[in-house]
Amino acid sequence: MKIAIASGKGGTGKTTLATSLASHLAESRDVVLVDLDVEEPNSRLFIDGDQTHQQDVYKEIPQWTGACSLCGQCQDICNFNAIVQVGSQIMVFPELCHSCRACSDLCPESALPLKPRKIGILNQFQTEDLDFVESRLEIGEQQAVPLIAQTKHYVDENFDDDFIKIYDSPPGTSCPVIEATKDADYVILVTEPTPFGLYDLKLAVEVMRKMGKAFGVVVNRYGLGNEDVIDYCQLEGISVLAKIANDRRIAELYSGGELIYTSIPEFKEQLFALESRLTLHDMVGAV
Amino acid sequence: MKEIVVISGKGGTGKTSVMASFSYLGQADLVIADCDVDAADLHMLLDPDYQNSEDYYSGELAILDQEKCINCGACLDVCQFDGVQKENGIFRIEEMNCEGCGYCQRVCPTAAIHMETQKVGQWYSSNSKVGSTMVHAKMGVGAENSGRLVAQVKNEARRIAKAEGKEIILIDGSPGIGCAVTSTLSGADYVVFVTEPSVSGIHDLKRVSELVQGFSIPSGCIINKYDLNPQRVLELEAFMEDAGIEHIANIPYDEGFTAAMLEGKTLVEYENSSVSQILVESWKKIKQFAKV
Repeated sequence: MKIAIASGKGGTGKTTLATSLASHLAESRDVVLVDLDVEEPNSRLFIDGDQTHQQDVYKEIPQWTGACSLCGQCQDICNFNAIVQVGSQIMVFPELCHSCRACSDLCPESALPLKPRKIGILNQFQTEDLDFVESRLEIGEQQAVPLIAQTKHYVDENFDDDFIKIYDSPPGTSCPVIEATKDADYVILVTEPTPFGLYDLKLAVEVMRKMGKAFGVVVNRYGLGNEDVIDYCQLEGISVLAKIANDRRIAELYSGGELIYTSIPEFKEQLFALESRLTLHDMVGAV
Repeated sequence: MKEIVVISGKGGTGKTSVMASFSYLGQADLVIADCDVDAADLHMLLDPDYQNSEDYYSGELAILDQEKCINCGACLDVCQFDGVQKENGIFRIEEMNCEGCGYCQRVCPTAAIHMETQKVGQWYSSNSKVGSTMVHAKMGVGAENSGRLVAQVKNEARRIAKAEGKEIILIDGSPGIGCAVTSTLSGADYVVFVTEPSVSGIHDLKRVSELVQGFSIPSGCIINKYDLNPQRVLELEAFMEDAGIEHIANIPYDEGFTAAMLEGKTLVEYENSSVSQILVESWKKIKQFAKV
């Protein structure tokens, strides 16, 4: 099973929930936590494990051989303006390239062979109970999507379907979020009960519905703001999986890089509530 | 004209709340641009009137005509994105996966595939309640190319600033370090980081500030919720010193921001407090550091 933890708004507690939920479930099940927020991966700060693997991740970019008849087909073919003919030169802009291969395959003179370009690093760790994989986007690299896709691929190759796979997803509603959640069996949207939290939750719900995803909501910092998020979920028939109280102790523990659920009993209670709801949805097996 | 960008790396540090207060303080000297197009929240505090709106088109989507399709599978063979799916011998385009590269269209022997430009959002120029023009956007769900929408919002803000003779464009950026942030930073004169003293806040600030340094843009930092973890504040201050980031201010954890938000207000208009005073001083410093 694949469970993605996402949110429209940033900083609502995705990582707090993902790391605690994964660690808790891993006490009695096979679990791998995957940090797909590759622009700003934070889960690692809360998971204290031994590194077992590291690899560079590449995407394939065409590289001009320097010898062709300058027919100009490549720049016509590219839908992303990543190839331009300037005088007697063909220039490739790697940040704009989506690695669709069209220019390379269709070049009549095979003058654009594909070359790997490093876009990030994948790291794997192991704690006593939990497996953890994260990827970090190279700074200056603009596209998170290919790195997210390859990270999921790595996880699927290395962990069989008996594992519960928990994806810590990026914030927002655009393409990185789609990539991180599109093959999840269930999505947990984390929000906070404020006007910003509600507005961004509505956008995230729209995305999930468009993708036809099963999803539920966790309200974090409950007690702050107002009841509008709860009312909205009720009106829309969205299940509220847990309400985590607004508690300064949680913010303080988080700030120091500590897992929350082991220290705060009220948080652990909500985690149990979440677990039993996920069990009801057949997302995690009963123990 | 100076472009001042407010970003954070990490989400939820209070960037938009702080930025909204600066908008209120800057009032008529500004043009405001909300470049956090993924989760644009600034409008909830600045009450724009959506005076002008324009559709935003970006990227293409493959459309397959079943009547012309001979089920040869050429499209499936070339697609790198699982954008073509075969079910019971019938091919179809999976919209969510289609990257819009058009490779399938080029290899289809019966011209059964054509590409359509997608309307992926709208952008607006509005009068905001603080008296300055605000350029903002709403992106369609799951849309690509938020970087290009950001560029569009910024260009419009520049055009207006020029026409109105405004000195400052104040820009709210998105979390992360990807295309939307890179696009927000292009042409910026000064960057204000809003961070928090947590391991994540520090980690994310380091990554985004490396990106900013790559552009050689001077920057300063506000530590929000600074009383959460004094030790991490020291760590942040040491990093800022090393990285040449000016320390603008420390703001204590204050639920007044949420209380103000519930009334659709910026903190500085909601209350006259020690925190609002810090914001007033911060804005002065920022203008000075950005050489406005």
